[in-house]
Amino acid sequence: MTDMTTPPSAPPRTSTHIKITAETVDFWYGDNHALRDVTLSMGKGKVTALIGPSGCGKSTFLRCLNRMNETIPGTRMTGTVRLDDRDIYNGFGDVSQLRTRVGMVFQKSNPFPKSIFDNVAYGLRVNGIKDRQIITHAVEDTLKKAFLWDEVKDKLSHSAYMLSGGQQQRLCIARALAVRPEVLLMDEPASALDPISTTKIEDLIAELKGSYTIIIVTHNMQQAGRVSDKTAFFYEGKMVEAGETTQIFTNPQEKRTEDYITGRFG
Amino acid sequence: MTDSNQGTLPFKPKSKLFEGIGSGIIRVSAFTALIGIFLIFVFIFKEAIPIFTSEAVQETASLDKMVFKQEFREGRDPLWSWAPNSRQPKFSLMPLVLGSIKAAVIAMLFAVPLAVGAAIYSSEFASKRWREFIKPIIEILAGIPSVVLGFFALIVMATVFREVFGFTYRLNAFVAGVALGLAVIPIVFTVAEDAMTSIPQSLRQAALAVGANKWQVSMTMVLPAALPGIAAGVVLGFGRAIGETMIVLMASGNAPLTTASLFDSIRTMSATIASEMGEVVVGSTHYNVLFFIGTLLFIFTFIINLGGDLILRRIKERIQGKVT
Repeated sequence: MTDMTTPPSAPPRTSTHIKITAETVDFWYGDNHALRDVTLSMGKGKVTALIGPSGCGKSTFLRCLNRMNETIPGTRMTGTVRLDDRDIYNGFGDVSQLRTRVGMVFQKSNPFPKSIFDNVAYGLRVNGIKDRQIITHAVEDTLKKAFLWDEVKDKLSHSAYMLSGGQQQRLCIARALAVRPEVLLMDEPASALDPISTTKIEDLIAELKGSYTIIIVTHNMQQAGRVSDKTAFFYEGKMVEAGETTQIFTNPQEKRTEDYITGRFG
Repeated sequence: MTDSNQGTLPFKPKSKLFEGIGSGIIRVSAFTALIGIFLIFVFIFKEAIPIFTSEAVQETASLDKMVFKQEFREGRDPLWSWAPNSRQPKFSLMPLVLGSIKAAVIAMLFAVPLAVGAAIYSSEFASKRWREFIKPIIEILAGIPSVVLGFFALIVMATVFREVFGFTYRLNAFVAGVALGLAVIPIVFTVAEDAMTSIPQSLRQAALAVGANKWQVSMTMVLPAALPGIAAGVVLGFGRAIGETMIVLMASGNAPLTTASLFDSIRTMSATIASEMGEVVVGSTHYNVLFFIGTLLFIFTFIINLGGDLILRRIKERIQGKVT
């Protein structure tokens, strides 16, 4: 880790406080140059918010962090992403192992057409855990962590589609947490939810912070302000500015950041 | 804020008459289809009624005689026999029912794994270009006239199979079943493939994101989720296998045997109707029995479709959570 990876506007950090770093990341969808020279570090146990107008590359950047972009044909990436100082693209080994360490929650809740229990247990089972006791215990534990246990404990065998939208999204968070990741990527996790469900998700993020490194993409400025420690502003594929959330919101260094945050465009 | 243009667009009041005529027409077409099916059943069954009413017919073709083994000659073992044109006409349906079931089961055992496997490959593993190549080609198989498939089975497959497996009878249940399977594959494939491709991409992403690999995504997420569609394809395929006529007529050997072996010749219900209806004396016992076989085929396929539909609903309820 060098000083270069820390944007000048952020206070200096040492490598023990950093969980993930992206260095000079460029990304293409075919000919579309979606990310340009993005360098950003994300603190361990912190919440980092990625903000910016639609199409600015923030979701693309998020999916570079668990190599999810690789599942889209015709894409290309250059640059380096490190998890605990290990390059996740070169010599990391099995990509599924990476994804158990870097979990992901999607914009639209996407539970499997399976029971609530099986949804949470899925990640454990595909990674080779067969012991019923371990699974049962882990499912209960994870659902409690996702503040969902009390609502579903009597209907674990029911289909996940019986839950409300907000509950489904918390189930998806539980599903991601079940494999005990260190990092949780959240791609606009509350954008399709009502205000009350949104509040619950935000409370959950606050609760998870510390134990997990969370990186959240959001369109909601207030949400970024409420939940995050650090904010990075993306615009047209570039990371314009990153820093402590309070600093970005009160004293942005860049004009474009200020314009976006104050609602002049975006 | 008001707009001076508000309410000035020249909207037309909707015509009640037109709506009435439109919905009337589609209602009539729905009922026409229903009535058509009902009438087909009625007219087929009408010709089979003497089996239940006429004593002359029941002498050789009562329900009892059609189902159970009969002792045709003093001192010989009772047997199931279909020999409508012998001096002593025999109308046991068991050889025909057994033949139909043998051929259909072999066809399904051959076709379902291949079709579902191909569907998984096409939907989950093939590149987009490869998929656009495979899918139409398999579907073209559905467009091949069954007489062509039957001809192919009769001339090519039967010979090759005899060379390879050493069958005693060149034309047998196995050859007919496999040829029938060729006709079933595209049906099962198309329906199963559509069911799998309609699983949203977001679910695959979610499975990948907890560390599943592509194989696990296909087997533990996509396949179970697509089960209702796959089951529907299997039911449709089985309906086709039971009802298909030309292939079995040409490739089965047409001997109404009741052996357990899958490598003996068989005769199916459908092939019997096709081959004998043209020469039967109208109004004879034989004629009535052929229509009775037609009625049975009708009921069989009806029950299969109904049963398939019920299974489908059960699976869907389980997945979508309309808990009973």
